[in-house]
Amino acid sequence: MVIILLIFVLLANLADLQISNFSYYSTKSNNNRIEIIPIPPSRGMIYDRNGTPLAINNITYQLNIVPDKTKNLNEQFEQLKKIVDLTDEDIENFQKERRNYRAHRPVPLKENLTEKQIARFIVDQHRFPFASIVKIQHRYYPYGASLTHILGYISKINTQDKQRLEEENKTSDYVATFNIGKMGIERYYEDVLHGTAGNEKVEVNSRGRIVRLLEQHPPQAGEDIYLSINLKLQLYIESLLAGRKASVVAIDPNNGEVLAMVSNPSYDSNDFVGGISSKKYSELLDDPSKPLFNRALLGAYPPASTVKPFISIAALSEGVVSPKSVVNDPGWWQLPGTERRYRDWLKWGHGHVDVLRAIEESVDTYFYQVAYDMGIDRLNLWMTKFGYGERTGIDISANEETRAVMPSREWKLKRHKKSWLQGDTIPVGIGQGYWTATPMQMAKALTTLINNGKTFTPHFLLYKKSDIINTNQSQPIINPEKYVEPNSLVDVNPTYWALAKEGMHRVMFGARGTARKVYAGAKYQAAGKSGTAQVYGLKENETYNAHKIPEHLRDHALFIAYAPYDKPKIALAIVIENGGGGSSNGGAVARKILDYYLEGDNSTELDDASSSTTGHED
Amino acid sequence: MNNIKKSFWQKIHIDPLFCLFITLLLGYSLYILWSASGQDIDMMQKRVIQILLGFFVMIVFAQFSPRSYEQWAPYLYIICIIILVLVDIFGYTSKGAQRWLDLGVIRFQPSEIAKIAVPLMVAKFIHRDGCPPPLKTTLQTLAIIGVPTLLVAMQPDLGTAILIVMSGIFIIFLAGINWRFILVALILMAIFLPIMWFYLMHDYQRERVLTLFNPERDPNGTGYHIIQSKTAIGSGGIWGKGWLEGTQSQLEFLPERHTDFIFSVIAEEFGFIGSIVLLILFLCLIIRGLIIAAQAQTTFGRILSGGLILVFFVYVFINIGMVSGILPVVGVPLPLISYGGSSLVVLMASFGIMMSIHTHRYMLSKNI
Repeated sequence: MVIILLIFVLLANLADLQISNFSYYSTKSNNNRIEIIPIPPSRGMIYDRNGTPLAINNITYQLNIVPDKTKNLNEQFEQLKKIVDLTDEDIENFQKERRNYRAHRPVPLKENLTEKQIARFIVDQHRFPFASIVKIQHRYYPYGASLTHILGYISKINTQDKQRLEEENKTSDYVATFNIGKMGIERYYEDVLHGTAGNEKVEVNSRGRIVRLLEQHPPQAGEDIYLSINLKLQLYIESLLAGRKASVVAIDPNNGEVLAMVSNPSYDSNDFVGGISSKKYSELLDDPSKPLFNRALLGAYPPASTVKPFISIAALSEGVVSPKSVVNDPGWWQLPGTERRYRDWLKWGHGHVDVLRAIEESVDTYFYQVAYDMGIDRLNLWMTKFGYGERTGIDISANEETRAVMPSREWKLKRHKKSWLQGDTIPVGIGQGYWTATPMQMAKALTTLINNGKTFTPHFLLYKKSDIINTNQSQPIINPEKYVEPNSLVDVNPTYWALAKEGMHRVMFGARGTARKVYAGAKYQAAGKSGTAQVYGLKENETYNAHKIPEHLRDHALFIAYAPYDKPKIALAIVIENGGGGSSNGGAVARKILDYYLEGDNSTELDDASSSTTGHED
Repeated sequence: MNNIKKSFWQKIHIDPLFCLFITLLLGYSLYILWSASGQDIDMMQKRVIQILLGFFVMIVFAQFSPRSYEQWAPYLYIICIIILVLVDIFGYTSKGAQRWLDLGVIRFQPSEIAKIAVPLMVAKFIHRDGCPPPLKTTLQTLAIIGVPTLLVAMQPDLGTAILIVMSGIFIIFLAGINWRFILVALILMAIFLPIMWFYLMHDYQRERVLTLFNPERDPNGTGYHIIQSKTAIGSGGIWGKGWLEGTQSQLEFLPERHTDFIFSVIAEEFGFIGSIVLLILFLCLIIRGLIIAAQAQTTFGRILSGGLILVFFVYVFINIGMVSGILPVVGVPLPLISYGGSSLVVLMASFGIMMSIHTHRYMLSKNI
């Protein structure tokens, strides 16, 4: 009896396990044996507009070890030191990394193995059954520093990135991915470039060894993208700026495509892939020429006289001036009701000037009067329409671009806790005072002017690979209209646009144009405007002498230009820090770029005298 | 009884029905071992040799008359004690326990011999003074049980020690004991248990008992075995995953799958149905064993065969209870099914003794 009773106890327990709790234990058993191994997708490549690769995936070799497979790890490290030149830093990193891996899974020990190291390892492989060499894709930027400020780079996913991915619910796609776009195009188009992770469902035994493959979902590679960048132009501009702290933005005014964006000096983005050494990084940080700083998007410079054509449009539209109205310039302008005098760059004055001459000769007093008549509120309203004080909306993360400052009463109150004074308005008329702008903003404003108010958002993306496949044609569909921003400037009287452009044309080809010297002999017609931003405030009786002032206090040279005049193909904004006079120094760079782009000519030799003698002319 | 066919079984002193159930269970064991060993042909060969040796031992043991067992019991008991002492001194250590004696050709577990020697000795001793035994005899009997039990527990082999105690106690019980003794025994047990817990048990055994009540206490350590075993059994469901298809056993999540935890393999691959079939076979064998005991003509024969078959049941109960998580993991193999030579041979020897008791009664009656 007792026996039968006890047998029933056993049976009841078995029934409880096998029938009542079957699904619980079944799941448990499956969790034991089934493991999902994620496979990272390969990252999309980045090309320039002509199909030249700008960011590619190189294959590198990495040594992985399964620490559980060996007992004397330290002894093995000693052995490996001789073979793959293992350093103590590698071992330290490995010990840190190790905690993030499951048991019986390979942990990376040394990356970027050289051919020699691989060869030596393979010969002795039998001694290290716990180690293996695996191929990994490694992001490589063939043009290094030349494109860093555009492309950015990818680097190891950090806690912040993880948090962002979690918020955006993308963690599952990144389980096998080590790097993520940190800056520039790599960051902005991360979702396009990254692709979708795949996985392998495998059966493992109790020691974690893979027994067989159950299911396989291959990863979906990231998409290749083509940028509007013209690599040759980019490299040419870079070569022109060598040794200078400068930035150039070139845009195709017909569609807002960025043809080149140079910020000099730069740094090699390849150093950041897979982590930069702290020594190298602090060197970059401490460099007084600030190579990490993207001048094209973050550099806020006084736009100086380059704003005069835009102010003219505003003044004409508001009726503050008419195309015919004339102002006398004695070489200074006095703020009515005060003793305060504002000087013109030309000490003896330009005499009687109308709007065309005011632009051609960059007459400061004319624009002092205009600014006085317009007032800061109207100036702010109109210049905001040209995009000043606003982000350009370019396809680079918003925190990598500054709004700069288009000052207003509210802005000053908020920023300086002081109310706006009339005296603050006057220098705004010549793009100085509180007004700052980035090279990208200047280029965008110029593009808007070229298109009589039609505004394109500047952009790098030309097309994605899927744009070709989807349309089943070899040519991708590019629709520039989707980059058009609604702007009330399109309602401005066309004659005003024509006037401003004519003035800019005369800057380069007029009898008294400020940049006529550097454009002598050009085979095409062009338009432009120079600017010289004061870094150093001159005292009342002091005269500017570039040679007496330390370099970092010298004026910034600015220049905006477009060509050909009747059918523009390229719009430029140039800022050369401490470059001296805008018309000569900035103008010369503009001339060379336009010659190169329009004529394929990179041999323009400009008279050195022209750039050194003109001094403070603007 | 004059039937010629019956007289063939009679001649070799084998009970055909009892033998049939043994054979069926051994067949089951071979079938599941192919799966539990991970299709290890060497292990299969060894198992076949173990089984053949087992049958040989059973037949040999069946030939001796019950009277000779009665006579040899003290000698066997003394030899057993000597060997156990030797093991404690020179034993071959395996898994932190000295259980093995290496004789060069074969290694065997002498504690297994105690499983036969103790019940034999107890049965003889108690039987001598008539049943039910007086108090003095009972206490002496307890000493007889106690000595080898302590020696085995020192190895330490808690599972076998428990079985040895059981084998002795069952004999006393079957000899017809005063209820007061049982009460006293229970009180003694209550005193003995804490002593055992603090002084006789090894840390790993204590851990096993603790994790019995809560396997999740230490899922990677001691609880791991029970959790994996319960997972194997539970995931088998009603019909099982199929022969050689048990993922827990084939992928080695299940510990000691061909020895102590072989029942989990059966439950995983053949499900609840397969477990019931196994339990029915065990039950048939036990019932047949009890019938043999009931039919025994001498008190010695009755208490001995009854004691042996009850210990066999305890064997089964402890093993299945342990792998399915209602008893602590004490290291008791599943009789007839688990892989292992010493245990099988001793078991077959005890079956041989039972058959001897059963088949020699007619001779005795003839003599009388």
